[in-house]
Amino acid sequence: MTAELAQPTTAAHLRGGDPLLLVDQLVVEYPAGGGRSVHAVSGVSLDVFPGETLGLVGESGCGKSTTGKAIMQMPRPNSGSVRFGGDELTALRGEALRRVRPRLQMIFQDPISSLNPRRKVRDIVGEPLDIWQRGDKASREEKVDEVLEAVGLDPVAAGSRLPHEYSGGQCQRISVARALVLEPLMLICDEPVSALDVSVQAQILNLLEDMKARYNLTMVFIAHDLAVVKNVSDRVAVMYLGKLCEVAPPDELYASPAHHYTAALLASVPVADPSVRPGLVADALRGEPPSPVDPPSGCRFRTRCPRAEGRCADEEPLMREVRLGHFVACHFPIEDTEFHAPR
Amino acid sequence: MSRFGRSRPDLEADPAPSERSSGGPLLEVTDLRTSFRTDRGLLKAVDGVTFTLEQGQTLGVVGESGSGKTVLSRSVMGLLPAGKKTLRGGSVRFEGRDIGDRSAAEMRDVWGQDIAMVFQDPMTSLNPVVRIGRQITEGLRHHLDMDKGTARETAVALLRSVGIPEPERRLDQYPFELSGGMRQRVTIAIAISCGPKLLLADEPTTALDVTVQAQILNLLQDKQRERHMAMILVTHDLGVVAGRTDHIAVMYAGRVVETAPTATLFGSMRMPYTEALLKCIPRTTDPSHTRLSALGGRPPDLISPPEGCRFAPRCPYAQERCHHEDPPLEYDASGTHAWACWYPVGTAEGSAALEANLSSGRPQALVAVGAGADAVREADAAAETEAIEAARQTEVALRPEPA
Repeated sequence: MTAELAQPTTAAHLRGGDPLLLVDQLVVEYPAGGGRSVHAVSGVSLDVFPGETLGLVGESGCGKSTTGKAIMQMPRPNSGSVRFGGDELTALRGEALRRVRPRLQMIFQDPISSLNPRRKVRDIVGEPLDIWQRGDKASREEKVDEVLEAVGLDPVAAGSRLPHEYSGGQCQRISVARALVLEPLMLICDEPVSALDVSVQAQILNLLEDMKARYNLTMVFIAHDLAVVKNVSDRVAVMYLGKLCEVAPPDELYASPAHHYTAALLASVPVADPSVRPGLVADALRGEPPSPVDPPSGCRFRTRCPRAEGRCADEEPLMREVRLGHFVACHFPIEDTEFHAPR
Repeated sequence: MSRFGRSRPDLEADPAPSERSSGGPLLEVTDLRTSFRTDRGLLKAVDGVTFTLEQGQTLGVVGESGSGKTVLSRSVMGLLPAGKKTLRGGSVRFEGRDIGDRSAAEMRDVWGQDIAMVFQDPMTSLNPVVRIGRQITEGLRHHLDMDKGTARETAVALLRSVGIPEPERRLDQYPFELSGGMRQRVTIAIAISCGPKLLLADEPTTALDVTVQAQILNLLQDKQRERHMAMILVTHDLGVVAGRTDHIAVMYAGRVVETAPTATLFGSMRMPYTEALLKCIPRTTDPSHTRLSALGGRPPDLISPPEGCRFAPRCPYAQERCHHEDPPLEYDASGTHAWACWYPVGTAEGSAALEANLSSGRPQALVAVGAGADAVREADAAAETEAIEAARQTEVALRPEPA
């Protein structure tokens, strides 16, 4: 059976073929003063096929948001390549890069601060069309109506109201409408629901699924909540301290995680069932991630890993396929039968 | 029910500390009412809440933003804005003493020693320009009369007990030098420093990552057991309180709408609101792309709440009666499980009501079962537009009055 599985490499999880987005060995570093640098993203590779949703999950500071922004070229990555629909984004400058942006849109975490508080909501949603001079004025108005209705807002009321007259959940709908008005191919969502109540969160997640179907979107969905990521994703990549540690289809990943970090993350998810004793499982992951200024040698998770040995410090684990379509970067992955998810 | 705006009882009328009743519950909240005068009218943020808490017990208070849970915890803690715009009613008795009407100055002896609080955002609840050490020792020196040296030693021990590495070094650091999780550990250390009998934790993990959230919740639970403190854990996530509390009170629009021992609540919830809150949480055990059962809209505007049951406009079960008659919070035969609903979940009346709503196409019912994407989206939006004012009005009302 090993013959079917891919050979271990730094990016064994890339599937070849013709993805819409191909990120290869992306590196982003920020200067930290004193000649040192923050290793925010250290060689991340991803591929996303048309119509697919890739979930990118990890703790704060693991570099998941930086990865999303570096795909948009804000900031530009230090090295690595980002191929989007046939264009090498890292090679594009100025106007050429700007011309790609209508096809690649982003939604941010805080729905209120990502909208201009002094502009009418209708104008906010319509502005991208005005900038790109899509069609005539009448057809632009029609498009704004259509998108606002699609996200569940009244287009007429939006003509006279400011963002503060809407709730947080509605502001996130406005952000979705603004991102969709140019009919992008891809949407990058950076923690789109983490600032919302559970009830509103469910509405926005359902909305994103509906919009994905309606506008044939491809998505990168960045979040720290594993349950949320699973709900929307076709493939999930787990990130830790600037590197990917596991990539798999969601049902497989959540039922039998192979990386000790993924298992610990899953054990931390609060379960709405009083018969599950949280104290027993949630202590699996102690402490906090080390500083990305001076990341550990070898496997970056080894300082918190229950299974770490000498080899983990000396040798960086390669991405290898442990089961079909399930990739993990670990010298001692969890066997299929070892993990029992809390039910 | 109009015990509202009554005159303040004289503080001298309170029993002196020596006369404290020792047999009663630790905390007794009776018909608590907190309202704010706003430009648009009276905002009833907490509207008649009654509960008791025994020593060493944990109560989870659950509800969405705007359900009044934060105002409730602040009313118990005595942290409401002073001035004529705040109206209080009902009583808060701690160890038999009425503390509901005390001013901030009078509460100083209660805060820290008897009741302590952990807030949502550890960055804003710590003073950014004061070293960690002084923030911990302040209470120790004031309440427990420790000298500088002893207070410092105690602070080191406290920081170690909440799992902060290198506590001696941390004492001389400022809050910005610590991560969010570490800061929350510091606020917990401060809260437990003077040995309170009751700990109020208001959304203590909402600003934190899932791994840190688990650590902080475990820490709170450990400290609560170790010190036999009572705890009130306020949160919007039913997942957080399951398995960590003895009792749960679900709040909606300023009232308790269901209360029960934790296992009973999850085992046989009766209030459609509780069910909706639970069902809209995505689960890691569900297959991906499972359509979430959404709860449309928002809690109502508390200045002019809807007639009848306040949840009726969003309720999948609501019938004609619910829009006119306010259901009382009534206990069942066990005497521990109470709910306020005419058509409770899991009863014959409830099932019939939901069935009728589904067949008549009531959008709120469709939303709950996740049918017809377009209809559902419209229902979400319509219900939300009905009441976007609520949360903002509360926020405005809670701002301290300009001097």
